Amino acid sequence: MNVDLSTSLGSLQLSAPTLTASGCAAAGKELSQFGDVSTLGAVVTKSIMLEPRSGRATPRMAETPSGMLNSIGLQGPGIESFLENDLAWLRANNVTTIVSIAGNNVEEFGELARILAKVEGVDGLEVNISCPNVESRGQVFACNPISAAQVIETVRSVWHSDAPVLAKLSPDVTDIVEIAHSVAEAGVDGVSMINTLLGMVIDVDKMKPLLGGRTGGLSGPAIRPVAVRAIYQVHAALPHLPILGMGGIRTGHDALEFIAAGASAVSIGTVVFGDPGAPWRIANELGLELQSRGYNSLSEVIGLAHQN
Amino acid sequence: MSPKQMKCIIRSITPVGSYLHMVLDAPEIDEVAPGHFAAVSVGGVGGGMLLRRAFSIHKSTPGDSLDIIFAPHGQGTQWLATQSAGDEIDIIAPLGKPFVLPRQPIACVIVAGGYGAAPMELLARELRGRGCRVDVVLGAATQEKLFGVLDLKGVADSVIVTTDDGTSGVRGRVTDVLADLIQKNNSQAVYACGPMAMLQAVAHVAQDNGAFSQCAVEESMACGIGVCMTCVLPVIGDDGVTRMARSCVDGPVFRGDRVRWDDVHTVPSDAFGAPRPGGH
Repeated sequence: MNVDLSTSLGSLQLSAPTLTASGCAAAGKELSQFGDVSTLGAVVTKSIMLEPRSGRATPRMAETPSGMLNSIGLQGPGIESFLENDLAWLRANNVTTIVSIAGNNVEEFGELARILAKVEGVDGLEVNISCPNVESRGQVFACNPISAAQVIETVRSVWHSDAPVLAKLSPDVTDIVEIAHSVAEAGVDGVSMINTLLGMVIDVDKMKPLLGGRTGGLSGPAIRPVAVRAIYQVHAALPHLPILGMGGIRTGHDALEFIAAGASAVSIGTVVFGDPGAPWRIANELGLELQSRGYNSLSEVIGLAHQN
Repeated sequence: MSPKQMKCIIRSITPVGSYLHMVLDAPEIDEVAPGHFAAVSVGGVGGGMLLRRAFSIHKSTPGDSLDIIFAPHGQGTQWLATQSAGDEIDIIAPLGKPFVLPRQPIACVIVAGGYGAAPMELLARELRGRGCRVDVVLGAATQEKLFGVLDLKGVADSVIVTTDDGTSGVRGRVTDVLADLIQKNNSQAVYACGPMAMLQAVAHVAQDNGAFSQCAVEESMACGIGVCMTCVLPVIGDDGVTRMARSCVDGPVFRGDRVRWDDVHTVPSDAFGAPRPGGH
């Protein structure tokens, strides 16, 4: 295959177009049993918080048509253990690493960025302002343009690094373009979209919501058209803002839709749960999809659907 | 013994009581230990079911085959039941931490509920191979939901069957006969697989009678490989701290005295990283 699949997100050059999606590959180690994670565009880690976090009660998962709901609730070891174990492993294995961070408030985001700006091996920051599995909708910073911008400004003020800062956006808003504008003005180098959509399944035998957290985030191919639409809208409004696209990508054909809508690279999420080899398979398929259409490179296709 | 994602041709699929016994050609399969599980794709390529179904491995021959037992009770397993010899399915195996085997030739009891007996013939053979005495208790709601009775009779020193409705063996539950069995044979280890309520009861009986227990738990999983954090339950670590452990990679086999059975499906307030008053 002689299609050039290399791409970039701001200043970060990526040798491959597929990344893992935050929350769907832990910190890469488990996935390394199924492929060489250093050959992926990057590993985007599960969102890390300042303190260890147990996450929510089970059941945490419900399979839905072409998708699933999850209500994990950001279970994780906290930043200290993350640096010592997860980031150390990623560095030792030469993995391009985008660290996803989540905070309970603006200050925690700032503190995490301040810590991560000082360590080696962080090739990018994904600021998760859109996790739906939190106690209050007020904590979904990405639902409000002002609080979204506050988080990004705070992160930006302590982020003395060339590595790009991406804001992860929620599709659960009236106008995602307004949020994208807001974080762009606050200084992001790109946006990741989309996070999961808030959903619910009712257990009609027990007559209560099935998930322990009651609501959960919907992901998988079921949400793919929502992601494509959101990326298309944001790229139309902000054509120079790099987009990392995600939301139900299952094949190279799916990935090509995202690229054509305006994404520079894609993250592979829920599909990894059923097919751990998917990030490598999809990169390969994407190359074949481009080749069969006569393209020589991925970069020439970014946003191409806007020209027609 | 790292897990592999494999395309396997179905060699046979045979009804056994209420269950189906599937034999797969698995030329790439490594050594399997009792308690390992396999994660099977369902619904076909491009289908609407994204998540694998996990089954404990019944038996396996390295480089040749792998057997699973399943009950067609949900959409995914019902699809699996419609597959025939010659069809191809995608599996990942072996997964999880298997049963820990004793170094000494001690007396052991194996307890299983329903098709929780699937991995137990393999386990019984391993234990017997180490010179252990092996007594077995197999329970089910009714006779046709028993599994592995004849096979285990061929391996174990004794097999007691219990059914809730009395259609086979002793009417009652596995725990009705367990304490006596442990006492009689001075059993030091109890190995269990089955529904969570049964495991909890077995772990308590074992502990009350001075035996260690190893329980293979049943939690719904999304990935089976340790990345999704779906299948967690509260387990006490060597350091005395309770963590939300992943049943797929930290288990599925846990020490019965380490699982906080009463707190399963909750996050205990003293768990590592539990929410604090006034917010997480």
